[in-house]
Amino acid sequence: MSNIPTAADSIPALTGSSDIAKKKRFDVGLVFWIFTLWIAITVLAAIFASLLGLQDPNQGNYDILNQGPTTAHWFGTDDLGRDIFSRVIYGARVSLTVGFGALTIGMIIGGTLGMIAAYRRGPVDIIVSSASYVMLAFPALVAVIAIVAFWGHEIWKITIIIGVASIPLVFRVVRAATLSYATRDFVTAAKSQGATDWRIITKELFPNVLPAIISFYLIGVASVIILEGALAFLGLSVQPPTASWGNMISESRTYLSQNPWLVLFPSLAMVFFLVALNLIGDILRSTLDVQESQL
Amino acid sequence: MTMASERSENFPIHDENPGPLLKVRDLRTTFTTPRGKLNAVDGVSFDLARGETLGIVGESGSGKTVLSRSIMSLLPRSGLEQSGSIEFEGIEMLSATPDVLRTLWGAKISMVFQDPMTSLNPVVRIGRQITESLRLHTGMDKTEANAMAVSLLTQVGIPSPEQRVRNYPHQLSGGMRQRVMIAIALACSPRLVLADEPTTSLDVTVQAQILDVLAKLQEERHMSVILVSHDLGVVATRTDRIAVMYGGRIVEIAPTDRLFRAMAMPYTKALVASTPRLSQPSHVRLTAIEGRPPDLVHLPKGCAFSPRCSYATDKCHSEVPPLTASRDNASHLFACWNPLPSTPVAITTTPGSSAS
Repeated sequence: MSNIPTAADSIPALTGSSDIAKKKRFDVGLVFWIFTLWIAITVLAAIFASLLGLQDPNQGNYDILNQGPTTAHWFGTDDLGRDIFSRVIYGARVSLTVGFGALTIGMIIGGTLGMIAAYRRGPVDIIVSSASYVMLAFPALVAVIAIVAFWGHEIWKITIIIGVASIPLVFRVVRAATLSYATRDFVTAAKSQGATDWRIITKELFPNVLPAIISFYLIGVASVIILEGALAFLGLSVQPPTASWGNMISESRTYLSQNPWLVLFPSLAMVFFLVALNLIGDILRSTLDVQESQL
Repeated sequence: MTMASERSENFPIHDENPGPLLKVRDLRTTFTTPRGKLNAVDGVSFDLARGETLGIVGESGSGKTVLSRSIMSLLPRSGLEQSGSIEFEGIEMLSATPDVLRTLWGAKISMVFQDPMTSLNPVVRIGRQITESLRLHTGMDKTEANAMAVSLLTQVGIPSPEQRVRNYPHQLSGGMRQRVMIAIALACSPRLVLADEPTTSLDVTVQAQILDVLAKLQEERHMSVILVSHDLGVVATRTDRIAVMYGGRIVEIAPTDRLFRAMAMPYTKALVASTPRLSQPSHVRLTAIEGRPPDLVHLPKGCAFSPRCSYATDKCHSEVPPLTASRDNASHLFACWNPLPSTPVAITTTPGSSAS
């Protein structure tokens, strides 16, 4: 009986090879890093906008109305002579705050509910799932417009409203992702070791669902930025003169034929940022899925 | 400081309570399915002594797994009906609250699962999977628990355990993972370990090693083990008693040597006959039991095995035989109207059990 360790030693397949451990696990390619860099630049610029020595985004100059790009004003000026480059960066503050803020709210509430519902099943699942269907059945944009119209246009209110509106979507995604793990043997095994439900959810299920959560978070942020743009376009987001990508596009549509630069730059900022977010989310999802197939 | 000596001080053999560790009485586990009530376990009774190893054998769908999960009280609650009694160290498992069960699970009663590929969490380091229950049940701090995890991995025969605790399950082979599962199950020195087909998904060469590890640790810690398997060869050399299950019932239960010397139930004989042997000539058709396992929703009238049994008489098709003791041996029980005459059956063990 005492020969067990040696028996294992003598069989190469059993001793394994620790080279596997050193294999590069996070090989995502150059595209990923370029887009990550782009997002980092945008986020940092938005956070530190006031330290960048930009011109005042709300200070007009009536000598230079509706100009194209110049060396003094890289992206040109708008109908009030304001610097568009500065307004795009300050506008990112609003768009990104709403985007990341709303999804964070949605993730914390919807994600927690999703994991609990998928793990507990039964009445808890039925009640929360039904509630999410009811919320999903109502068109989100209409609901958000209605609430913004009577509650107010402050940035934190818009963040909360969109955040709450995103809860049922996040719930569905996290619930579906958790469901595929909740019935696995390792959950039963953890239970058979005396783990509490909370421990199983946070320590066994959460690490498995995390890749799905991260990629959905990024794609969700992109959707919320579009939604904020739509709200702004309808004049229901933060009010002028505060810039957001959405209301810059909205304001410039009157001058589309005279000064197309006006609509170009905020649109480009939005498109590049959203494409980057979506691609990163996608690459992350497929890369992290590979680990699963190695098992 | 070996675990074994330390444990035997902390967990003295319970001499003050000489009764059986586990008492199962008329256990019935029923699931509600769209087709009707499925009697997965249908009136099972047995005792398990301290330190004893009981083998449970039977075909797929004979109720072995449901029985072992019933004993653990680990079955999903929806559509489940249970009656009878499962008494573990004086605690009635069927009526125990989840809080009581949680103090037993892992600490007093533990389980080794069939497939180590799915029963380890793929994204958690194996070290933490071992320390989890140690910290929960024994209140060890992180350092103590980590040291214990390394010691446990050494005991289950994993080389360079200091490095292995930092590995993820996908970095280990199947046999290594099952060793880790055993380390997890035995971490808190439970009194009873339920091993549900612990070697079925493993290589034949690894099977014997895993069973040896289990047997070694069982002896050191004086644990009781219920070894569930479809393979008589696996249980033949490693159990004190064997229970043969068919259609959710125990149809024969006897001390291992007695069972192979004087099996009474035609099903047991058929099961032995269908075990492939190395001594058989090549290119010979393997013996299989004719027919299919019974439908647990609509059990046949009378003895569940009667439709497949070559000895069956009219009585077998109409009346359920009770589990009764053999005339010459009170510890040998079987449920059969036409028991086989006592002829010893030589069992050639499969390679999986040759290394003991």
